[in-house]
Amino acid sequence: MTQRSTLSHLDWLEAEAIHIMREVAGQCANPVLLFSGGKDSICMLRIAEKAFRPGKFPFPLMHIDTGHNYKEVVEFRDKRAAELGERLIVRSVEDSMARGTVVLKHEGESRNKHQSVTLLEAIEEFGFDCCIGGARRDEEKARAKERIMSFRDEFGQWDPKNQRPELWNLYNARSHKGENIRAFPISNWTEMDVWQYIEREGLELPSIYFAHTRPVVIRQGAIVPVNVPLVSGELTNLPKAGEEIIDKLVRFRTVGDISCTAPVESDADDVAKIVVETATTTITERGATRLDDQTSEASMEQRKKEGYF
Amino acid sequence: MSAHPIEDHGLLRFLTCGSVDDGKSTLIGRLLFDTKTILADTLNAIEKTSQKRGMGAVDLSLLTDGLQAEREQGITIDVAYRYFSTGTRKYIIADAPGHEQYTRNMVTAASTANLAIILIDARKGVLTQTRRHSKLASLVGIPHLVVAINKMDLVDYSQDTYEKIKADYLEFAAKVGIDDIRFLPMSALNGDMIVDRGDSLNWYEGPTLLEILEAAPAAHTEHTEKFRFPVQYVCRPQDSANPELHDYRGFMGRVESGSIKVGDKVTVLPNGLESTVKAVQIGGVDIGEAGTEQSVTLLLADEIDTSRGDMIVKSSEVPPAVKEIAATVCWLAETPLDRARTYLIRHTTRDSKAKLTAIDHRLDVNTLEKVPAEKLSMNDIAQVRFKLAQPLFVDAYEDNRATGAFIVIDESNNNTVGAGMIR
Ligand SMILES: Nc1nc2c(ncn2[C@@H]2O[C@H](COP(=O)(O)OP(=O)(O)O)[C@@H](O)[C@H]2O)c(=O)[nH]1
Ligand SMILES: [Mg+2]
Repeated sequence: MTQRSTLSHLDWLEAEAIHIMREVAGQCANPVLLFSGGKDSICMLRIAEKAFRPGKFPFPLMHIDTGHNYKEVVEFRDKRAAELGERLIVRSVEDSMARGTVVLKHEGESRNKHQSVTLLEAIEEFGFDCCIGGARRDEEKARAKERIMSFRDEFGQWDPKNQRPELWNLYNARSHKGENIRAFPISNWTEMDVWQYIEREGLELPSIYFAHTRPVVIRQGAIVPVNVPLVSGELTNLPKAGEEIIDKLVRFRTVGDISCTAPVESDADDVAKIVVETATTTITERGATRLDDQTSEASMEQRKKEGYF
Repeated sequence: MSAHPIEDHGLLRFLTCGSVDDGKSTLIGRLLFDTKTILADTLNAIEKTSQKRGMGAVDLSLLTDGLQAEREQGITIDVAYRYFSTGTRKYIIADAPGHEQYTRNMVTAASTANLAIILIDARKGVLTQTRRHSKLASLVGIPHLVVAINKMDLVDYSQDTYEKIKADYLEFAAKVGIDDIRFLPMSALNGDMIVDRGDSLNWYEGPTLLEILEAAPAAHTEHTEKFRFPVQYVCRPQDSANPELHDYRGFMGRVESGSIKVGDKVTVLPNGLESTVKAVQIGGVDIGEAGTEQSVTLLLADEIDTSRGDMIVKSSEVPPAVKEIAATVCWLAETPLDRARTYLIRHTTRDSKAKLTAIDHRLDVNTLEKVPAEKLSMNDIAQVRFKLAQPLFVDAYEDNRATGAFIVIDESNNNTVGAGMIR
């Protein structure tokens, strides 16, 4: 018997994620990594660097842009891709709307769930056989049973009853033409792990993750940001008649489509403070900040079946 | 620098098993609740659902029963993964359902676990299913078993009942050859002996469940294992602008077992060529050496043609190349194994076509007896032999989980249909 050193939990999670990314690279002919500029995908880029440098990434980066993303995040996305010298593909829900493949119920409807359509169109356009995503099992109940390599049929559908058993670290990313694998290297990470990793690696984040003052209204108990500038300079999320605009010190725990991500009140202006806040918070990441998931307990599962991440 | 400069005891993966209604979901809910992993909004949602279903108390099992279909049926139908952390250690729980037809789920959950909690309902004692789960846990090579005798509140927290169940279990365990076992009495519902000791089990002097988990070794084995490095991907930047990278040839993979450092003599399989390790890197940065479970890049002193599916080992520990394997196989697919068909076996990063040549016997998971068998259906476990088209470099599963395990793939639909352990 010899003394065996144990990896710290972050080292273990990182090593697992690197292994999964390399399996994708080794097994799939034409993978892509989904990069939104959000904290989970920022971690994924660091993992990809550790997995593949000094080589180039064996996949391009892609963002499905709803056209309603925070300017700070979009700018960060472009900057980060440029720094890494990796190719970034952007496909936009607005183009799908122009093509008529996405039809909003009304002008203000959240475009978040419509990303699925644009994603499937992009998969077909480029012939991707695997999309690497930053989803985590702790985010939501329907994800707790998600595989690390998740199989989607020709329509991008996820069938929870028809998933491949996943044993040891022998991943099966095989697919036939037209089918698709979604790979989730940070499946086993929690929100806390992500923040601790960001802290340890000294990763840069879009500014809106840190405490800042912005105009908001309180709508049905949730903090809703208003008059949010888009990349174009145009303002979105205008307040409704009669709503009182207040300036609040807030930060985002998760960023996504402006119409469905809400900030939390916080004065945490650096990563160390966010780690402390995450350790003591009483509300889950999605519960606090996703305005779309609360409608139905099973809404995420439903969207995943339709091809959502 | 971390805001919490505390000791990090790594990460422990465990699974819970037991028959339906023994309290697995409640136990997991309790662990999450008492370690303050469940946050207020989740708890509110559970409270609402509990009320909707007309239940008085909050049903902690709702935390783990995730999918729509099973919420409707009130059962767990697939392996679910849950997370909690104590500050010193992170835990990944695999919740494997206990139904008759779900042997495959338990095998799946067990394949990545280093500890199993076997639940027993104190009113029922050791059941056929208890024996089956224990046997499966030992077949899949889980090094540590914790037998948790639950629902002690329903037997007046009786020490006699506990001691009797413990004696029954030990008698069975001796027959099957399971040795590393811990026992504890508990009530998942009331939270006795899970995280807190409670007031009702004062006769029990051993550790709580969480104390057992905190002290369990995180590594799969404490034995020195041979160095095994399946190559996942080869990095050849061929960057003409950077002469330093011109000849760079990095072999990327995970150290599945053992350790490696600069200067070690290695052999590349299958071609058998020898070289020495010139560098061990992560992300292009030299780290000098690497241990089990680290994902690294190896650079060798000599130019050896190597690609995905090859394996780098120490020259003093070369595993044998085999073209036939004997293995315990668990069949996972609804379509039974077809002896006439050719399957794909995936072993480490290497694939080989394979054909079944013999079924030596099937394990009756209820009687734990070996019985003759002609075919393999879903949830069957059998000792079989496969003939291989390509040689594989294997170790016995007992000696090395990573190079002793394989999956069977049906190429017609690419499904994973079998799980094998070489022995
Ligand atoms: N009295 C009592 N009931 C329990 C205990 N643990 C679980 N139960 C109940 O047993 C039932 C089945 O529990 P559940 O956790 O769903 O079992 P599973 O099928 O193993 O996941 C539920 O009604 C629980 O409330 C316990 O320690 N004492
Ligand atoms: Mg259950």
